[in-house]
Amino acid sequence: MTATPAIDGWFTTGPDPALLGSRCTMCGTVFFPQKVGFCANPACAGEEFEETELSRRGTVWSYTDAQYQPPAPYVAPEPFVPFALAAVELPEGLVVLGQVAQGYGVADLHVGAEVELVVEPEHASEQLIWRWKPVVEMGEEADQ
Amino acid sequence: MSRHDVAVAGVGMHPWGKWGKNFVEYGVHAARAALADSSIAWQDVDLVVGGETVRNGYAGYVAGSTFASALGWNGARIATSYAACATGAQALDTARARILAGMSEVALVVGADTTPKGFLAPNAGERWEDPDWLRFRLLGMTNPAYFALYARRRMDLYGATPEDFAAVKVKNARHGLENPNARYRKEVSVEDVLTSAVVSDPLHLLDICATSDGAAAVVLCSTEYAAKHGIGGGVRINAISTVTPTFPNTVIDMPLLSTDSANAVGAPEQTFKEAIGQAAYDEAGIDPADVSVAEVYDLSTALELDWIEDLQLCKRGEAEALLRAGDTTIGGRIPVNPSGGLACFGEAVPAQALAQVCEIAWQLRGRATGRQVEGARVGITANQGLFGHGSSVILSV
Repeated sequence: MTATPAIDGWFTTGPDPALLGSRCTMCGTVFFPQKVGFCANPACAGEEFEETELSRRGTVWSYTDAQYQPPAPYVAPEPFVPFALAAVELPEGLVVLGQVAQGYGVADLHVGAEVELVVEPEHASEQLIWRWKPVVEMGEEADQ
Repeated sequence: MSRHDVAVAGVGMHPWGKWGKNFVEYGVHAARAALADSSIAWQDVDLVVGGETVRNGYAGYVAGSTFASALGWNGARIATSYAACATGAQALDTARARILAGMSEVALVVGADTTPKGFLAPNAGERWEDPDWLRFRLLGMTNPAYFALYARRRMDLYGATPEDFAAVKVKNARHGLENPNARYRKEVSVEDVLTSAVVSDPLHLLDICATSDGAAAVVLCSTEYAAKHGIGGGVRINAISTVTPTFPNTVIDMPLLSTDSANAVGAPEQTFKEAIGQAAYDEAGIDPADVSVAEVYDLSTALELDWIEDLQLCKRGEAEALLRAGDTTIGGRIPVNPSGGLACFGEAVPAQALAQVCEIAWQLRGRATGRQVEGARVGITANQGLFGHGSSVILSV
């Protein structure tokens, strides 16, 4: 059975996954999640949007973690395992939140660090979710 | 100071805590206290504005008629406001507008609520269109996690430390010791904060405010009415800012999963929070340098530092220096949260913005026993809530 995304239309899966945003056909403003209805730009009367893949790499705006189990509808494993979260600035000029990839924590991050979009199974389900994975540049790895 | 002044005739609260009562009881207690403080009879109130209770980030019980009925129908007009954390200020603004238009003479503004223990959770059911539900479902993103993003940014950009955040808690705990309406009235040490559990790195349990039951009320009247009846001690509201963000809002906001994009329209000169304060200064016709005391929304200790800069009480990145120098402590250059803030109260959402106004009123009257900012002439409040709500109120004497 192929794993399915936890939510439809928010990201692609496969070897080079990407978040699925949309672009207003009138003013060009990019939205994530995809916009329906009316453009949020107050100076734009646009009502049509084209789906667009967002850049797979961005820089960390800030980051934290969840050391206590969040309430439902978060689906937690038993026992609860803490996980990290990051707000990432994309070249499209917006910040998108996401969990941090499995195996990485706050110690692996700093404001301005480069991260890449990955898709992984949720903590307590087979469904897929987008995550931010720290990009370790060649050479840095050897230093650690 | 401004053409839009109204007089604060009286203020009152029900102490914050976990009392297990209905929000109406708290609200009526606060309303009666404010009326007694104003020396105005309930029968003379011609407008009641209630702050709607807040349930999981959304509007709950209609409050204007509830409080009017509980106080005994007196024929007054009613209104109900919902603006998340800014609910009380928006209610105040509604009352002010009718008074300034000459359509009301005396208005009673009340906010009261009860809150559950633990993390604030979203509404029940599958709500795939609701960002407040999605942030929990998809990310496990709690309120403290948002606060922690802002806190971490201060550390990486401005060199803030967990000890600085703890020092905010220590200061506010000390400020609130003598406040009869505060829920927590106990000294806290830096070590207490740093040894409390980490909730969302870098924030510890004691960096994050609790949720409480509580109520606050304000009686407003025209400056002419106050002068004629000799009430209010000269305290005036000079500005109430309830501005919304300007597109694109590029700072991540609870409960959203993303920001607006600045790819087509550039980011505005001021962030949303900066704009909230600026609009208040503009309306009052004063400068940040004129402010003698501030009550700001310390949902987390680090957020107090953000607000100090958002309100231009110091330059960006300098709030830690202010804190370390003791400038934000009572007796310092610009005392912040002399009431003890949310650190000592815990958040009772629709009452909180009014509680900030009550504290500033007491400070300006010189009646903040045990926590008085000597010679306070101008006070400012600030808060921000969900879905583009926020407020800042300026009072002076």
